[in-house]
Amino acid sequence: MSSLSARPAVGLTLTKKILRLNWALILLLAAISCAGFLMLYSVAGGSMEPWAGRQIVRFGVGIVIMLIVALIDIKIWRWFSPLAYLGAMALLVAVEFVGTTGMGAQRWLNLGPIQLQPSELMKIGVVMALARYYAVLERDRVSHPLWMLPPLAMIILPMLLVLKQPDLGTALLIGMSGAVVMFLAGVSWWYWGTLIVVGVSSVWTVLESRGTSWQILNNYQYTRIDTFLDPERDPLGAGYHITQSKIALGAGGISGRGYMQGTQSRLDFLPEKHTDFIFTSLSEEFGFVGSLSLLALYGLILMFCFVSMAINRDRFSALLIGGLAATFFFFWAVNMAMVMGLIPVVGVPLPLVSYGGSAMLVLLLSFGLIQSAHVHRPKVL
Amino acid sequence: MAWFWGKSKRSADADNHGLVTRRGVVLLGVQAVIVGALGWRMRQLQVVETERFRTLAEENRINMRLIAPARAQLFDRNGDPLAINTRNYRVVMVREQAGDAEEMLDRLNRLIDIPEHQRRRVLKEIKGKSAFVPIGVAEHLSWEDFAEINANAPALPGIHPEVGLSRHYPNGPETAHVVGYVGRVTQRDLDRITSAGREPEPILQIPEFQIGKTGAERALEYDLRGHAGNRRIEVNSVGRVIRELDRTEGAGGEDLHLTLDLEIQKYCHERLGDESAAVVLMDVRNGDLLAMASNPTYDPNPFVLGISSAAYKALLDDDHRPLHNKWASGMYPPGSTFKMVVALAALEDGVIGPSETVYCPGHLQLGKRKFHCWRRGGHGWVDLRESIEQSCDVYYYEVARRVGIEKIAEMSRRLGLGVDLDIPVAALRSGLIPTKDWKRRRHETDWLVGDTLNSGIGQGYVLATPIQLAVMTARLASGRMVEPRLIRARAGTPVLVETPPELGVNPRHLERLRRAMFDVVNSARGTARSSRIKEDDFRMAGKTGTSQVRNISKAERARGVIRNEDLPWHRRDHALFVGYAPADSPRYAVSVVVEHGGGGSKAAAPIARDILMKVREHYGGTRQTPLEQGQGQPGSPASRT
Repeated sequence: MSSLSARPAVGLTLTKKILRLNWALILLLAAISCAGFLMLYSVAGGSMEPWAGRQIVRFGVGIVIMLIVALIDIKIWRWFSPLAYLGAMALLVAVEFVGTTGMGAQRWLNLGPIQLQPSELMKIGVVMALARYYAVLERDRVSHPLWMLPPLAMIILPMLLVLKQPDLGTALLIGMSGAVVMFLAGVSWWYWGTLIVVGVSSVWTVLESRGTSWQILNNYQYTRIDTFLDPERDPLGAGYHITQSKIALGAGGISGRGYMQGTQSRLDFLPEKHTDFIFTSLSEEFGFVGSLSLLALYGLILMFCFVSMAINRDRFSALLIGGLAATFFFFWAVNMAMVMGLIPVVGVPLPLVSYGGSAMLVLLLSFGLIQSAHVHRPKVL
Repeated sequence: MAWFWGKSKRSADADNHGLVTRRGVVLLGVQAVIVGALGWRMRQLQVVETERFRTLAEENRINMRLIAPARAQLFDRNGDPLAINTRNYRVVMVREQAGDAEEMLDRLNRLIDIPEHQRRRVLKEIKGKSAFVPIGVAEHLSWEDFAEINANAPALPGIHPEVGLSRHYPNGPETAHVVGYVGRVTQRDLDRITSAGREPEPILQIPEFQIGKTGAERALEYDLRGHAGNRRIEVNSVGRVIRELDRTEGAGGEDLHLTLDLEIQKYCHERLGDESAAVVLMDVRNGDLLAMASNPTYDPNPFVLGISSAAYKALLDDDHRPLHNKWASGMYPPGSTFKMVVALAALEDGVIGPSETVYCPGHLQLGKRKFHCWRRGGHGWVDLRESIEQSCDVYYYEVARRVGIEKIAEMSRRLGLGVDLDIPVAALRSGLIPTKDWKRRRHETDWLVGDTLNSGIGQGYVLATPIQLAVMTARLASGRMVEPRLIRARAGTPVLVETPPELGVNPRHLERLRRAMFDVVNSARGTARSSRIKEDDFRMAGKTGTSQVRNISKAERARGVIRNEDLPWHRRDHALFVGYAPADSPRYAVSVVVEHGGGGSKAAAPIARDILMKVREHYGGTRQTPLEQGQGQPGSPASRT
């Protein structure tokens, strides 16, 4: 059971564990969160109420949870992975019934003092379950069509449930997180190539059939696609948000308009400025320098996770780190691309910065898992 | 399910570790490309295009609001106010502060009366506008009501007492047709501006701005209005004003003193009583319009506040037409008052001599048509003096036939008839002096000699306004091209008048006419003898006129023309009189038109006499109007006879 090159890290004392924590990563997370506090204070018009104060408390709780998770042996988490996935599935199903009848808002589940978004948990759950699946799957079976059916089902099932809520953004994130684990696990290039070719050509076919005798979709559906792809066609409706967002970003210039001086945010031209569009407020007030700095912080987190993955000889741990880091990446990349008008508006918050307790806790939970995998990595001889 | 719960194979891990890392590198590469794209986009927006976006952000944020200037005020020649700005005590409500709008209106209703329709309008407006927009609840409150609301302010959250400016006409009806009134800008006002080839000015968009609707308020709109102030304000996305960035105050126009003399103006209306009539009194030396009355009149103040439809309908339905400005837009056949024009045209042309006589048998035969004189038996042999004195029609048929319509028209225009007068009065009309060309264009038939004959006694197509008749009289009296004027001083500085140029006619001819006009009033056989002024220093000269508004048929003439008193009011003749005083040194010209008043000598001449007597009394018989100091060279015609 033991290999020549790697040994499981057993018998670590608590002190050693704490020393083995990836402290640079924790510092980066704290730095990004602080940028969040700063912006939440600013968009509230210079007040801890109603967002910044609560966000700080949640971050405090989240950090504690992260540390607890990090100090628990990764083997326990590996054992727990399928349960986590099934638990998240159960909650997703529950939200279908309880969420609709009980609360009106479909995505939320009321668990006593906290309100929970099961779809957030599912982003971790799907990565954990797939990492576990590929950790035990024999190498030559990874690209076997039959052995690809279970992971595909594990991805598509929760996606459908989340789509039904409906939450396209989160569904896509779940899909991409799952796909990343499959990719890292080594699923053959042939599949990826086919996926890309089929995807591109089917989109091309659908768009190309427009206005011909064999048109695939109805006209109104094409119109919907048009507005989705180019919201600026409708500057007072769907395009209003993105137009105002770009104005705020652009007006920030190189050095920004100054902290709490962003006119677009302060005069309410920006929509959802404390959640999905908080990056715009930051860019308006701190300019190109500020937005590039935030991008760099996120980039550094990605680098640290990659290094952590590369040095980790445990397959489950490596896949877990890679998958969760990619999920994190998709979060902020999609959010930034959205507020800068590169992709259509999908409701994805900026991780650690946007106001939102559920997202904050789940994110820190996933970094707890990354830390656990890092702390309990096999010793390299 | 064993594969799912089984343990990972560590040996496989080692083999596969390289693969995971390689795939990780590929993934990292893709992510790096995306990060690069995001950074490039940031640079694009924040560095390359920042100027454009910053402009857009400023446009979002900054609004310009115009501030209405205080409209310039109007005074009469002695400084009595004609149109002034008074405080308008009003109450507005801001919904977001008021909370329950209905409850606040109920509370307010306990203090001031809020009619049901007003309440409904307020509630409707509140629904349609943002919560922070003030909605006008009540206007033009009394000071007592206003004070009461102020005292109860703590119990009325969201209710704000405000003081605005409102136009007020202290002499309401007496000056209504001269001064006019203002009101809210309507589409009609905008259309009028556009059709005059102007762009509607931004100032018109100020919600409380009031534009001149009629009278001098409309004609002098651009003088009175002034310049709007400007404030730059910062607004948020729903238009709420966050703060004022800067502000430049507007400037009102220049206060104007009109030539009007309020006391005489008032007297004119008083004297006209219930008659449907117009009076114009003019200073013949400088053209100052001292009084212009159109009777009956109306109160312009309700129009400013918003007149009720019932009151407006009553004004419209009155057959004496109180809203109609008779001295400016009323066009009447001048009748015999036109005879001086015909006579002067003929004298100047030489077709008749001053002492030459014409025989009047009571009618003039032209082909098959008979043109009748007003005296059935005729006047016998008449010369120029007698033709004016006794207003012989046949003499003028003959004279008009000799001189022709073109010469008459030319003289008419020289005396101010059939032309546009240059005074700031809305709805000023130019009357009508027919010519052969005009008839061909208008009626597509040729001019007939009969038309000339009718024109010769101021009937037929000839039409003149009372103000034109006053100008005609002033020009005859002074022998100069007197132009009427309404503005005496701008911002306290008198407007200079140059001595009007000579009329360009033989002074001896004018002298003959003036003597004849003197006899109309003062000689034993004059048509206006009963209205003569006995004071030696203020003798009146003039001419009566009676203009038919119906055709008298041959049959009626045979039976005997129906007397005016026996006709329904609207078919009676118009009574006219033009005159001036003092006869030996003309100073004041007057024209009077009494609609359907009957004969000029009975209905119009006494009014003219009384008004001139009032002028004499008012100016103390000094023959001088006050306030001449510093007023340039007033036109002073040489004293004759």
